[in-house]
Amino acid sequence: MDELIQIREVRKVYNMGRPNELVAIDGVSLAVDAHRATVLKGPSGSGKTTLLSLLGCMARPTSGRISLMDREITSLPERFLTDIRRRSFGFIFQQFNLIKGITALENVMVPAYPTGEKYSSLKKRAAELLDLFDVGRKASAKVEWLSGGEAQRVAIARALVNDPMVIIADEPTAHLDTRLSQELMEIMRTLKAKGKTLIMASHDPIVHESAIVDRVVEMRDGKLVSRD
Amino acid sequence: MRWFEKQKNIVDFTLSALWRRKGKNITLVSVYTFVIFLVASVVYLTSSIKYEASRVLAEAPDMMVQRLVAGRHDYIPLAYMGAIRDIRGVQGVKSRLWGYYFDQTNSANYTLMVNEEMNIEPGTIVIGSGVARNLLAKEAGAIPFRAYDGSYAFLKIGRILQEDLDLVAADLILLSRQDFRRIFLTPEGQATDLVVEVRNAKELATIARKIVTLLPDTRPILREEILRTYDAVFEWRGGLTILVLSGAFLAFIIMAWDKATGLSAEEKREIGVLKGLGWETSDILQMKFWEGGAVSLTSFLVGLLLAYLHIYFTPAVLFEPVLKGWSVLYPKFQLTPQLSAYHISTLFFLTVVPYTVATIVPSWRAATVDPDLVMRT
Repeated sequence: MDELIQIREVRKVYNMGRPNELVAIDGVSLAVDAHRATVLKGPSGSGKTTLLSLLGCMARPTSGRISLMDREITSLPERFLTDIRRRSFGFIFQQFNLIKGITALENVMVPAYPTGEKYSSLKKRAAELLDLFDVGRKASAKVEWLSGGEAQRVAIARALVNDPMVIIADEPTAHLDTRLSQELMEIMRTLKAKGKTLIMASHDPIVHESAIVDRVVEMRDGKLVSRD
Repeated sequence: MRWFEKQKNIVDFTLSALWRRKGKNITLVSVYTFVIFLVASVVYLTSSIKYEASRVLAEAPDMMVQRLVAGRHDYIPLAYMGAIRDIRGVQGVKSRLWGYYFDQTNSANYTLMVNEEMNIEPGTIVIGSGVARNLLAKEAGAIPFRAYDGSYAFLKIGRILQEDLDLVAADLILLSRQDFRRIFLTPEGQATDLVVEVRNAKELATIARKIVTLLPDTRPILREEILRTYDAVFEWRGGLTILVLSGAFLAFIIMAWDKATGLSAEEKREIGVLKGLGWETSDILQMKFWEGGAVSLTSFLVGLLLAYLHIYFTPAVLFEPVLKGWSVLYPKFQLTPQLSAYHISTLFFLTVVPYTVATIVPSWRAATVDPDLVMRT
């Protein structure tokens, strides 16, 4: 199996040297395989979200190394790291974090704006993604008017707009009922089938017990407890 | 090309972001526009009035020579003309008779002046349009003048001067030498002042010095000095108006600073989301640059346009009394638009640039947060 992301002896400490110092990740080593679904499982405060941020090039480790496709990326300047993040990762945030006041279509287009892609082709692609997830008719609706399920689909379309290799989802079912959670996992199955690598953080059984999940990594107190 | 597309995309997003906070932004643009309008109105009006004055004074003599007795102006003997004419470089000397006349009935001051070149018939006058407006006088009508001895001279209006000379001729009454002497009892052989024509304008100062040496009771006044005085007076009035408006500026600066520099929690969250989605710090700053630029440039251009309409298409209703002077005889004239690149760029650099910078600074602080903040909140 191809190893897509490797992290070695990674530590992440917030507010280092201050009274409120917090060791969020403590000496974790992990390899994420390409085209597979990996779930980080564990209670609140176990370090799932921080590890997800490190895997998705959103944060730098305090120590240790991270490689993406055998390329060491820990020491890259912000510009390059942002570029890698934009091209390689699509993010689905816990509360979807859609930008209010603009339309669903514009929300999907937002991650691609800095790439300098032609507006018309970007718009077309974003509209196709919304159609793919069956929310095309809501393209010109402002996101605050969308239902939970529609907002979730818009968030997924946004994560896919730059055609990333990896989809990172942080507690994607935290604000969804059972039906919508199952619907989300169905979409994840489709994405995996299309060759995307999925990394999800969740303590929801609907996610980590799903048939599409290849590997569950359990965490507690910033350390790995087990690797299925 | 890619850079251009990127900027287009960011501008597109910025404009829709501005529209989302339309209440805040419309208030800001309105106040900003009003401030630009006020300042630009003062600048336009001042520069146009100065231009009018210099245009009319362009025909004025190079130098005037008055006589001072014990520091006060007095009639100058015509015999001085010969002495001045003999100075090397002087082309010609003419005498002028003029004086101020106070019209008690209308509480207005007029300038009465003898004009030899117009060959005004005794008993006839040519008046400025301000005088005509004030007295509701028409051509062929007559105006009574109270002479030095209490008797009245009724002088017939031969002609009314055009309004485009109004700035310096609103209160002017031209008349014949005989009528002037009858009203003012000017002694024979004396004039109010002398006008001197000089071959080479560079020699004006030297000739003025020579006149004072030769005739110590005289005071030469150069046209340049009059122009400078006009400039100083209108600059002073413009400055005074701006000073009065400074309260409004201060209020605007405080409001703009508060509105533009304070990022709401919602805006900060959005910046976090954008960073999380792959926007660089520089992309966020470019967005804020376009945002500040759109607000301030719109206000600047609309403010300039409104000021232009105010000054050149309405009679500058807000500032006219201050900048044209307090008088019974208001000059009435059409201003010639004077758009100076210097004034516009000064206004631009004093308003648009600081505002745009002021909006970028707090965003820069917000934009340098770690992108993972959006995951942790």
